[in-house]
Amino acid sequence: MSAPTLPDLSGHFGRYGGRFVPEALVRALDELDAAYRTAKTDPEFQAQFKDLLLNYAGTPSLLYRAERLSARLGAEILLKREDLNHTGAHKVRNVLGQALLAKRMGKPRVIAETGAGQHGVASATAAALLDLECVVYMGETDTERQALNVARMRMLGATVVPVTNGSRTLKDALNEALRDWVASVDTTHYLLGTAAGPHPFPEIVRDFVGGIGIEARQQCLDQLGRLPDAVAACVGGGSNAIGIFHAFVPDESVQLYGFEAGGDGVATGRHAASITGGSSGVLHGARTYVLQDEDGQTVESHSISAGLDYPGVGPEHAWLHDTGRAEYEPVTDAEAMAAFQLLCRTEGIIPAIESAHALAGAARIVPALREELGRTPTIVVNLSGRGDKDVHTAGAYFGILDPVETLVPGENS
Amino acid sequence: MSIAEIFAKARAEERALLIGCMPAGFPTVDDSIESMIAMHEAGCDVIEVELPYSDPVMDGPVIQKASDIALGRGVRTRDTLRIIEAVAGAGATVVLMTYWNPIEKYGVNAFARDLAAAGATGMITPDLIPDEAAEWIAASDEHRIDRTFLVSPSSTDERIAMTVAQCRGFVYATALMGVTGARTSVSSQAPDLVERVRHANPDMPVGVGLGVGNGAQAAEVAGFADGVIVGSALIRCVLDAPDRATGLSRLRALSAELAEGVRNPAK
Repeated sequence: MSAPTLPDLSGHFGRYGGRFVPEALVRALDELDAAYRTAKTDPEFQAQFKDLLLNYAGTPSLLYRAERLSARLGAEILLKREDLNHTGAHKVRNVLGQALLAKRMGKPRVIAETGAGQHGVASATAAALLDLECVVYMGETDTERQALNVARMRMLGATVVPVTNGSRTLKDALNEALRDWVASVDTTHYLLGTAAGPHPFPEIVRDFVGGIGIEARQQCLDQLGRLPDAVAACVGGGSNAIGIFHAFVPDESVQLYGFEAGGDGVATGRHAASITGGSSGVLHGARTYVLQDEDGQTVESHSISAGLDYPGVGPEHAWLHDTGRAEYEPVTDAEAMAAFQLLCRTEGIIPAIESAHALAGAARIVPALREELGRTPTIVVNLSGRGDKDVHTAGAYFGILDPVETLVPGENS
Repeated sequence: MSIAEIFAKARAEERALLIGCMPAGFPTVDDSIESMIAMHEAGCDVIEVELPYSDPVMDGPVIQKASDIALGRGVRTRDTLRIIEAVAGAGATVVLMTYWNPIEKYGVNAFARDLAAAGATGMITPDLIPDEAAEWIAASDEHRIDRTFLVSPSSTDERIAMTVAQCRGFVYATALMGVTGARTSVSSQAPDLVERVRHANPDMPVGVGLGVGNGAQAAEVAGFADGVIVGSALIRCVLDAPDRATGLSRLRALSAELAEGVRNPAK
């Protein structure tokens, strides 16, 4: 069984995935599935999507050979520059695809969940472009931490609803979006932000972001004349990772590495590493790896990166992990921030802290790859987003937010 | 009494059953036992114990809040089983309502065994559809737990037929598109949904939930359904009360009012 044939018709990747949802949502999921099947083979839909990606989102993104970083890490590092896309991350690919699908289904309203606000901003952007009403659910804690993104969404015409239930973060925003959808399925498309949730979302999102890997693979062939030795990506819900992995899954010589948010370290319990630090369970509509206690209650996740701070992961990653096709490892906050700084200083690129996890992981695997191959390894790293949104977090982390002494004219001593 | 027997008895009396819901461990384990026994004594025919879960996507704010309080005080799955044992021991017919992950984590077969041993007769699974339920169907058959799946106004006739065929005891009809919580009026979609279930299987009792909060609404739903399921309004009696004694007396009063309602079905 090769990966491109999965999921099966009922949405399973081996034992993972499926639909663990209230019956009230089944019809909407069936409709979405049917709409997606026809869109997939409809040349007009594909042309619209391609046009938006090319002329609006700014893809294909560059595959950039990072010379100074490569020299520091002792490997040939190629950065897939998803940070240069419109709205600053890979997520624009998914929201454009799903917003087009919502239009096609005749649904005038989209809802979305967001953690740090990136998916919310992307959703609001696509909704503005395609003239859809947009409501974004965001944990109250996150609306406070990410006030700028709240303002961005509002500027784009979206309504932001602060969620005050549970831990008031991403998972609660997702619960609230699901509750809205149960009550509004006739008029509303749920624009899910990652390759997780009930079938057919993991497949749809994977396909919409799958251009990352298709492009990167072709760019490697064009620029290097061969495939890379490894592909590295960060994994929260896992959409950027599945987006870059998918095209490489059949290429057995290419090793796939997913780096989860290790927070303070998996051993401390304060992390967001669902695969390496969690166990099999059901959350938000799918069977996958979940951070849970011994009674199956979801455990709160921790990561310096809001975008990775989620206690579950897309079901296809669970399957790639169990089959051994992809390797998953945790990267701590400290490792990620060291890589963040390294990229800033060597390449003049401020990455999203999410993407810094992929960089840190790539740095870690160099020695073993070099030994295994007997030469300098070539690694494609998915630079999934830019770091503007993280300047405050990173500034506080590095202690560089101290107010600069201002000189007031005429008041010298 | 089993669920089937108790529904048959109510049908003979030309009335509907009252199914009252309360989260296990809310606000404490002992208090929840006391609340459920009070509901039973005041006229709830079936006590629906809800296992508190961290991510209850089908539930509105009242049940979420009560579940959060229970979880915040450290209620465990084994406490829920102990509560069921106490309430069933007091003579009530008990069914469990639970999201799926806690059951999968416990071990599906082991849970069915322990649930039966605790004295529950059935289990309602709001986020487990029959399509994903092979393991649960086998375990509930082996341990003779009645299975209640949900049907919704958005379900196709094919799905209603498939779902009802997998239910045993009764089927749970969600009366409106939305989460749990008392509404000012009963959904007009409910009678139609019940009719569609009867078309699929005239003998399968139908419980209607989501939105019922007082005796008049209970009577209205009793006019077309076999069971009236009430959760949020009962929980609010306890949640909003200034003290425990007041909460219990409000709970008894509302249970009695609802019990009166299901005995006077609207024609």
